[in-house]
Amino acid sequence: MIAQGTAPALKYTAQNDAAEAIHVENLHKRFGELHVLKGVSLSARDGEVIAIIGGSGSGKSTLLRCINCLENPTSGIVRVNGEEIRMKADSHGHTVPADRKQIERIRSKLGMVFQNFNLWSHMTLIENVIEVPVHVLGVKRDVAIAEAEKLLARVGLAEKRDVYPAYLSGGQQQRAAIARALAINPRVMLFDEPTSALDPELIGEVLKVIGDLAREGRTMVLVTHEMKFAREVATHVVYLYNGLVEEEGPPEQIFGAPKSERLKQFIRNIG
Amino acid sequence: MARIIELLSPTPPGWGGTLLVGLLHSVEIAAGAFGLGLVIGICGAYGKLYGGPVVRDLLAVYTTIVRAVPELVLILLLYYAGTDLINQLLTAMGYQRIDISGLVAGIAVLGFVQGAYSTEVMRGAILAIPQGQIEAARAYGMSPGLLLRRITLPAMLPFAIPGLANLWLIATKDTALLAVVGFFELTLATRQAAGVTKAYLTFFLAAGVIYLLLTLVSNLIIGRIEVWARRGMPSLKEAR
Repeated sequence: MIAQGTAPALKYTAQNDAAEAIHVENLHKRFGELHVLKGVSLSARDGEVIAIIGGSGSGKSTLLRCINCLENPTSGIVRVNGEEIRMKADSHGHTVPADRKQIERIRSKLGMVFQNFNLWSHMTLIENVIEVPVHVLGVKRDVAIAEAEKLLARVGLAEKRDVYPAYLSGGQQQRAAIARALAINPRVMLFDEPTSALDPELIGEVLKVIGDLAREGRTMVLVTHEMKFAREVATHVVYLYNGLVEEEGPPEQIFGAPKSERLKQFIRNIG
Repeated sequence: MARIIELLSPTPPGWGGTLLVGLLHSVEIAAGAFGLGLVIGICGAYGKLYGGPVVRDLLAVYTTIVRAVPELVLILLLYYAGTDLINQLLTAMGYQRIDISGLVAGIAVLGFVQGAYSTEVMRGAILAIPQGQIEAARAYGMSPGLLLRRITLPAMLPFAIPGLANLWLIATKDTALLAVVGFFELTLATRQAAGVTKAYLTFFLAAGVIYLLLTLVSNLIIGRIEVWARRGMPSLKEAR
C-alpha cells in the first residue's frame, strides 16, 4: 500500500466550530418488513473524514445512500449544507423527496463514488468527467475540459482521457470515477466501499488518491472495509451494528480501545 | 432482352419511373412509420417500466392486441375504420369531412403497429443497461429528462439496435400491405406496370431486386450505426 505509513502525522483535524456539511438525525429505513436502519444519527463538519464501518448487512451502505436519497429514508432528518431534504409520502405511502429540484440541487453538491465505479460506458474518461459540470451545472465546455484534464492528471490518468472505461482496469476506472466526483467541486464526497470490487493489487492506487484528498481537508463520508486505511485517514469512526450505531469516536479509540464487545470481535475478525 | 430494358426504362413508355416513384413512397412510409414507432416505443417502454398500474395495463393491452392480430387485418381495420371514425367525429362536431392522405394514414397505421414491437425492443434494451450507470446519473443530480437523453438512450442503443434493425426491415416490406388500401407504393406500382404490359415476371422480379437493394443499403447503414453505438464496448472478437 502506497504512502499509508506517513498518513497520521499529516491528518487534518477538523475544528469543532466548522460548519456542519452533513447532518443525519434519527434515520430509519425499512425495505418492506426489513428494518435496515433503526434510528441512526451522523454528523460531518467541514474537513472531517467520517468512516462508517460494520459487518455485512449492518446498514452502512444504506445509510450513505440515504444521504443523497438514492434510497429514500423512511423517517428521520437529513440536512446537507444546512438545508433539510423535504420528504413527502407518495400514493403508495412510501416516503419520497417532496421537491425534485431540491434533491437534484443537493445531489449535485455531493460527489458519490460507487463500489462498481458506474462510469458511463458510452463516454470516454474525459466525457465522463465533464458530463455533470456541463449538463447539470452549466459550466462552459472548454472550461470543463480544462478542469477535467487537470483532474485526470491528478489521478494519474492524463494519457487515458480518450479511452472508454471498458478498456481500463478496475483501479483506473475507480480513479476516473473519483475525478468525475471531484469535477463537480463537491461539498462532501461520499464513498460507498470504493475498493471492495477491486483486485487486491489495485486497492493501493485507489486508497492513495482517497488518502490524498482526506489529507488536503476534503470533507468525506466513507463506507469501507479497509480498517487500516480508516484508522489512518478518518477523523471520526462510526461502527454500525444491525442498523444502529454501536460505538463511535476518534479512530485511536475505536481501533485502539474499543468498548463494545461486538466491536472488539469485529476488529479481531477483520484485522 | 431489349424489350426488358425498354420496359424498365425510367422514361415512358418504360415503367421504371413508375416503380421508382413507388419505391420513394414505400421508403417515405417506412421511415415515417419506423420513426413514429420509435417514439411510441420509447414512451411505451418507459410507461411499462416506470408507469403506474393503469398505464402498465393499458400498454399491455396495446402491445398484446397489436402483436396478436395479423398486420393486414389491422391495416384494413385502422385504415377504413380509422378514417371513418375521424370523419364521423368531425361531422358530429360540425366540421367538414376531410380526405385523409394515404401517406399520413399509412404512416399512422404502420407506426401504430411498429410501436407495439418497438416498445418491447426498447424495454428489453433499457433493462440491459447496467443499473449502476442510471444510479450514478441520479446521484449527480440529473433530471429525468436529462438522464433519458444523456444516459438511458445512448446506453441502451447497443442493446436495441439488432431488434430495431429487424423492425426497420419489416417496416420496408410492410409498406407492401398498404397496396390493399390503394396506396401507391412499390408493390401497387409493380402490379400496375405488370397488368398493363402483361410482363409479370419482369416487373415482379424487378420489384424483388429493388426490395433486396433497399435491404442491402439498410444493412450497410445499420452496420455503421451499430459500430458507433458500441463504441464503448470491447468487440467480442478481442475477448475471444
